[in-house]
Amino acid sequence: MLMTFFKALATLLFLVAAACAVTSPARADAIDDALGHFAQDKFPETDKGIDSLSGSGAPTAAAVMDALANNRLLFDPGSKQIFYKDASDTLFDAKTGAKAEGVDASTLKKVRLNNAVRSKLQSVGGSMALLAPDPTKRLDAANAVFRSHDANQLAPVETALAKENDAAVKAALLQARAAILATKPDATADQRLDAIQVLKLRGDQDAQGLLTPLATVAPDDASMDKVRTAAKAALSAISMQLAIWQAVQNVWYGVSLGSVLLLAAIGLAITFGVMGIINMAHGEMVMIGAYTTFVVQQVIRTSMPGLFDASLIIAVPLAFLVSGAVGIAIERLVIRHLYGRPLETLLATWGISLILQQAVRTTFGANNKEVGAPSFMSGSFHLGGLEITSGRMWIIAFTICVFVALQLVLRATPFGLRMRAVTQNRRMASAMGISTGRIDALAFGLGSGIAGIAGVALSQIDNVSPNLGQSYIIDSFMVVVFGGVGNLWGTLVAALALGIANKFLEPLAGAVLAKIAVLVFIILFIQKRPRGLFALKGRSVEA
Amino acid sequence: MIAQTVLGKRGSIFLALCIAAAILVPVLTLKVAPNSALYMPPYVVALLGKYLCYALLALALDLVWGYCGILSLGHGAFFALGGYAMGMYLMRQIGARGTYANPDLPDFMVFLNWHSLPFTWWGFSSFFYACLMVVLVPGALAALFGWFAFRSRVTGVYLSIITQALTYALLLAFFRNDMGFGGNNGLTDFKDILGFNIQSDATRAALFSTSAIALALGYIVAAAVVTSKFGKVIVAIRDAESRTRFLGYRVEYYKLLVFTLSAAMAGVAGALYVPQVGIINPGEFAPANSIEAVIWVAVGGRGTLVGAALGAILVNFGKTYFTGAFPEYWLFGLGGLFVIVTLFLPKGILGLIDRMTARRKPQPPAEMPIAPEEQIAIPEGGR
Repeated sequence: MLMTFFKALATLLFLVAAACAVTSPARADAIDDALGHFAQDKFPETDKGIDSLSGSGAPTAAAVMDALANNRLLFDPGSKQIFYKDASDTLFDAKTGAKAEGVDASTLKKVRLNNAVRSKLQSVGGSMALLAPDPTKRLDAANAVFRSHDANQLAPVETALAKENDAAVKAALLQARAAILATKPDATADQRLDAIQVLKLRGDQDAQGLLTPLATVAPDDASMDKVRTAAKAALSAISMQLAIWQAVQNVWYGVSLGSVLLLAAIGLAITFGVMGIINMAHGEMVMIGAYTTFVVQQVIRTSMPGLFDASLIIAVPLAFLVSGAVGIAIERLVIRHLYGRPLETLLATWGISLILQQAVRTTFGANNKEVGAPSFMSGSFHLGGLEITSGRMWIIAFTICVFVALQLVLRATPFGLRMRAVTQNRRMASAMGISTGRIDALAFGLGSGIAGIAGVALSQIDNVSPNLGQSYIIDSFMVVVFGGVGNLWGTLVAALALGIANKFLEPLAGAVLAKIAVLVFIILFIQKRPRGLFALKGRSVEA
Repeated sequence: MIAQTVLGKRGSIFLALCIAAAILVPVLTLKVAPNSALYMPPYVVALLGKYLCYALLALALDLVWGYCGILSLGHGAFFALGGYAMGMYLMRQIGARGTYANPDLPDFMVFLNWHSLPFTWWGFSSFFYACLMVVLVPGALAALFGWFAFRSRVTGVYLSIITQALTYALLLAFFRNDMGFGGNNGLTDFKDILGFNIQSDATRAALFSTSAIALALGYIVAAAVVTSKFGKVIVAIRDAESRTRFLGYRVEYYKLLVFTLSAAMAGVAGALYVPQVGIINPGEFAPANSIEAVIWVAVGGRGTLVGAALGAILVNFGKTYFTGAFPEYWLFGLGGLFVIVTLFLPKGILGLIDRMTARRKPQPPAEMPIAPEEQIAIPEGGR
C-alpha cells in the first residue's frame, strides 16, 4: 500500500518535473543522469533510467523510450554514451538527438529488456502520453488508461485532469479515472458512486463490464450497499441504452442493405415495373456498369493518378451511357420483336445475359477485378453508439440522389410524360403522335443506364466479376414484385422493408436462414397480393 | 387402337427408339469386345444415361409449360429433390464403409459431431421408401406451392419469378450444413445400389436401361394426359384461362394436378440421374439449371413432348461437345440458342420440320399443336 503511494508520488513528481523541465536549464543534467542509468546495462538501473527520463522532459525522451521498447537503444560500453536507431536504422545521439556521425555501430551494445522493464515502459509511456502536446495523442492515452484501468495510473490521470483544457480529452480522462476507481479495491464508497455516475453516462459495453462486479460483489459494509444499488441501476440503464443503440444499428444496416437492393432494383422498376419487360439481363447491366468503373480507374491509374478520387464521379455518367447503349441495342435487336410475349422475353433476355457474361469473361478474364475506393469513401466514424462506414453512407446518399433524379425524369420531363403515356395506353399515345418505338427504346435504355449507375456503386461493396449481376437478379425481381409493379415508391418501400427485415432476422436466425425466410415470405405474400404492396389500379396492370 | 390415338406416329417412333436403346446399349457395352468398332465405353453409357434423365425432366417441363402454359423456372428444384431422396438411400447403403466407418451415420454427420440420424433420414435404408420419397417429396412440394399459387391466380411471369425464388431458397437452404443433407459437398462416394456395385459396367448399363424405360413410361403417361379430356382442358387453360374458368372448370385444380404430376416426373428423373453421375449437391438447385431446362424444351419444340426430350438430348450433347472442344464459346452458344429459338423458332426444331414437310405436302398434319403464343399475345395495336 505504502509502496504504491510512493510509486505514484514518484511518478507524479517526475511528471511535474517533466512539465516544468521544458524551460528548465537543468535539463542537460537530468538527461545525463537518465542516460547514465541505461549505460549500466542492468535491469533495475534501466528501470530507474526510465523514471528519470520520463521526468527529464528532454526532447529526445520520447524517441529514446520508443527505441528502448523496440530494442533499438544502444550504448557504447567504453564511453558509456547512449545512441538510438530510428526505424530506418539511422544512428542518433540520445542526448542531443543529432545524427551520430563516425560511430562504429558494431561496437555498440543493445540495452536489454525484460518483462518488468517492458511493462514499466508501457505505463510510463502512457502517463507521458497523457501530457503530450497533441490532443489526439492525449485522447488515445486516456482511452488506453480506461481500458487498462491500472491503479498506478490514477495519479498521472489526476495530474493530467488538472491541466486539461480540451473538453473531449477531459471527458476521456474523467472516464479513465472512473474506470480506475471502479476497479480499485481500496476506493471509498463516494469515489465509487462518482465513478458509477461517469460510467453510466458512457453507457457502452466497456462500462457494463466495469460495473458488473460492483453490482454483484456483496461487501458487508453498509455504505457499499449504496454502491451496489447504484451500480445495478446504472447497469440496467446502460443495457437499455445498448439495446436501443443495437436496434438503431440494425436499422442502419438494414437501410444500408435496402439501399443496395433499391439501387439494383430501381432500373428494373422501369423496365419491368413500368414497361412490363422481363429483363433477365438486368443484372448484367449492373455488371457492365461495374466494369466501366474498373476501366475508368485503370485509365486514371495509368495516365492521371491525381484524379483517382474523382474516378467514381467520372464513372457514373460513363456507366450510364455504356449500359444504356447496350440496353437500347438489346431492345432494338431482340426485345422489340417479343412485345406481348413475356415468357419468350424472359428466355431471350436470359440468353443475352449468358452472352454478356461470357463476353466480359473473355475480355477481362474470369477473376475478380479490383476497384479501389476513393479516399472520401474509406474509413468509418461513430455517431453515439452507432458505427457508420463512410462507403455505406455515400452509397445511401447516392441511392437517394438516383431515386430523386429518376422521379424527376419521369414526372417533370417531356420524355417522362411520353413514356408514361405509352405505358398507360400505347395505341392512344401513338395516335397522339408519340413515336412509341422510340420511347420504348429510350425507356429501356434509361432503365439499363440506371442499372449501370448502380454498378458503379456496387463495385465498391461487391466483387467485380462476370457473375456480379447474377447475384442481384433474383433479389431485384423480388423487390420490384413485392413493392408493386409500376410504382417507384413501392420499390423504395419494398427495398427498405426487405433490407431491414433481413438485418433484424440475421441475429436471430443467421444470414442464410434470414434470407430464406425473406424469400419464403415474399413467395407467400405474392399469393396474397399478386400485384405487390402498392398495386396500380386500372387496366394498365391487366397485361 | 388406343395406342394409335394416344401416341401418334411420332410418339410410336420415339417409344420404339427408347426401347431399342434400353436393349441395345447394354449389349453394346457388355457383350461387344472392347476393341470392336461397335463397343460402347462405360463413360459413354453414363453420359447417355444422363441425357435421358434430362430428357425426362424436359418432358415433365413440357407438360406444364407446353400444354398448360405454366412456365416453371423451378423444375430443377423438383429434379434435385428427387435426386437427394435417391442420394440419401445410396448414402445409407455405404454403411460402415465410409471414412469414419460409422455404421449408423453418414460421414458428414460424423464430421459434424452428430450422434443420431435426424428424422429426415429415417427409413432411407429401404429402397422402397426412398423410391416413394422420390415421387412424394417433389410432388408434395409442388402441390403445396401450386395450391397457394394457383388458388390466388398467380400467373405468367409472376409465377415464373416465384418458382425461381423457390428454387433459390432451396439452394440456400441445402447449402447449410445444419440442414443435414451434406451442405456444400452434397452426397457422394456412393458404393452400391440394391446390392450391386454402382461403379460396375453392368450396373451402369442397367441404370441406363432403367432411364430409357422410365423415359418411355414418362412419355406414355404424359401423352395419355394430354390426349385425354383432361388434356384438352389444360390446353384450353393455356390458351384462354379466364374463358375456361367462365365455362365452369375449376382451373386451379387442373393446374395443380398437372403441376404436381410434372414435379413427380422431374423427381424420378433426378433419382435416376444421381446414381449415374455419382453425386448430388446443392448446385443442382441453381436457378440457372432450371432455366436451362426450359431452353431444352424450347429448342425441341414446346407442346410436342417428343420435341422436349429431343431438345434435351441435343442441347446436352452440344454442351458436352462444346465445353470439351471450345469451352470459351459454350455460353455464347447457349445464350445465342435462347435468343435464336425465341425469335425465329417459336415451335422449336419439330416445328421447323413440320413447316418443311408442310411445304412439300399441301395439308399440314392434323395433330399439330396449336401455336400457343398467338393466343397468349395480348392485342396491342400494330405490334
